[in-house]
Amino acid sequence: MTDAGPALSDSSTANEDAVEGSPRRRVIPWWVWRIGGGILTLVAVSILIFFATQVLPGDAAKSILGRDATPEKLEALRAQLGLNRPALEQYLDWARNLLTGDFGLSLVNGRPVEELFLPRAVNTLALALCAIAIALPISILLGSLSASRRDGPLDQGIAVTSLTFNALPEFVIGLGLVVIFSTGLMRILPAVSIFPPEESAFSNPTALVLPALALVLAISPYLIRLVRASLIDALDSEYVLTARLRGVRERRIIVHHALRNSMVPVVQGTAVLLAYLAGGIVVIEYVFRFPGLGGLLLEAVSARDLPLIQVTALFLAAVYVVVNLVADLLVVRLTPRLRGVGV
Amino acid sequence: MTSAQVNAQADQRPRSAWSVTWRTALRQPRTRVGLILSGFVIALALFGPLISGVDPNSFVGAPFIGPSGQAVLGTDFLGQDVLQRVLHGGFTLLWMSVAATLIGVLVGLAVGMVAGYSRRFVDGSLMWLMDVILAFPQIVLAIVFVSMLGPLPWLIVLVVALTHIPRVARLTRSLTAECVQQEYIEAAEAIATPKSRILVREVLPNLATPLAVETTIRLAWSIAIIAALSFVGFGVQPPSPDWGLMINENRTGLVVQPWSVLAPAFLVAMLAVGVSLIGDGLARAVAGVDERVGQ
Repeated sequence: MTDAGPALSDSSTANEDAVEGSPRRRVIPWWVWRIGGGILTLVAVSILIFFATQVLPGDAAKSILGRDATPEKLEALRAQLGLNRPALEQYLDWARNLLTGDFGLSLVNGRPVEELFLPRAVNTLALALCAIAIALPISILLGSLSASRRDGPLDQGIAVTSLTFNALPEFVIGLGLVVIFSTGLMRILPAVSIFPPEESAFSNPTALVLPALALVLAISPYLIRLVRASLIDALDSEYVLTARLRGVRERRIIVHHALRNSMVPVVQGTAVLLAYLAGGIVVIEYVFRFPGLGGLLLEAVSARDLPLIQVTALFLAAVYVVVNLVADLLVVRLTPRLRGVGV
Repeated sequence: MTSAQVNAQADQRPRSAWSVTWRTALRQPRTRVGLILSGFVIALALFGPLISGVDPNSFVGAPFIGPSGQAVLGTDFLGQDVLQRVLHGGFTLLWMSVAATLIGVLVGLAVGMVAGYSRRFVDGSLMWLMDVILAFPQIVLAIVFVSMLGPLPWLIVLVVALTHIPRVARLTRSLTAECVQQEYIEAAEAIATPKSRILVREVLPNLATPLAVETTIRLAWSIAIIAALSFVGFGVQPPSPDWGLMINENRTGLVVQPWSVLAPAFLVAMLAVGVSLIGDGLARAVAGVDERVGQ
């Protein structure tokens, strides 16, 4: 299930701002505004997370320890987390600690949060990169096939198939793969990807296969549609008409001319997908018991490990903001038309 | 023409745009397939508890026994009847998805219309706020709110609605901004019609069709997210029967008694795909894709 559509327009607003070039923006380059806006968004994201986990529950200590906690224990935990102070003071303290690299201690085993967090982040990164590395070429191929045989049976077939996979919840896709590859039908791949989180995911390649495949099936529909739409735009353009009139072969037109020009939306789309993966990965990791960040977040929630929840959620949201920012800057570099405008 | 005829025509006019869209959408096989799939699941979820008439939490045999005369779909991890739990397990998913979608679309519509019809500052700050919510992957935002407050049904509905708001608001804002440049809006402004009246009486009718399409698509996402939340354990709590929860509870018996997992998984899949097919059919009808293909 990829619901990444609206984020695309995000990047285009940055470009519109650039083109618009109001007097204020002409003095300061647009990308400074864009980066500043990104930082401001990150601050707001952190406030939202802090509010939802530490302020809204009223007494966080009570929800961590449960109903039967003794008053002494509650008081001790409140003192440890500094819950007795005003909310604003708590937030500023928390933010300052994060900025200075102090991520706090896990409430479950007292280890520093980053010690639990980093190996899991590496595993998740490995999974996400595998998924994108497989999904991207497949989607470009299927998308160009679709676009070059527009409205034909192949195009319709690809459209309906990708629509179906797009609508399926990720955990249903994951379970389907388990049913096919690890139970009755074929028992060739492990149903769960359990390995010690300290080990790298790359040293357990079989553990990566099914989760990566599930993510590929979840993200490809979106990419295929994106490639198809932007390639159709390119094929309707005048330079393609010129090439056709000159007698250039259709295959060459697609590979050498049209596909290249339709890569800009694909760069944006890939950025959107990386960001989407930050969320979709949570469910897939849970299905396969994959020791990554998503699994860590869910474990932290069931143990009510407040510092761990906050840091993991903040990281997953920050990925989105940063990736979108980078994509915006990259798109302007890739589009000669936009280069230098408003600077 | 008699005045009655004129009235009848006036009555039909606002409806006809929508009915044309609907009829165009119905001409496509995907819309019809979507209606059948989702119609079946919705009927099952609504009337299942009435058909069943049995307590879904009662034990009928040993855990993970295959289909038999006593339990048509076999038993689950505790020895409860899978069919009875399937009949009872869809209602929560259905009402929560519908409620989350309606709240999200209505609030998103209000935000988008105000932003699209406002000066820079209000518009800019509203849309920036929307960007902040967009920064969270939908499921992560839901988990963040549920993590410390607990999996309360109304909280899940509100949080899922919250994840829809920025997406609906962006659509509504661009449609509104386009609409308010029309001459009849300028005319209404010229005779000092209040802004709120212009938005409700002049702009809103123009948004109805695209918004109906968006609502259908949002409903498909609501279903997927809420089912996923209850699958990871942050939705309906045991021992209540729920499709997402059943899939997770019975996973250990996948090899022995696949029906306990496959039955609820198929239903969730049919519902999500069905609604999304209807949404796609409607979207294509609005975009006029169908006419080009049909000719």
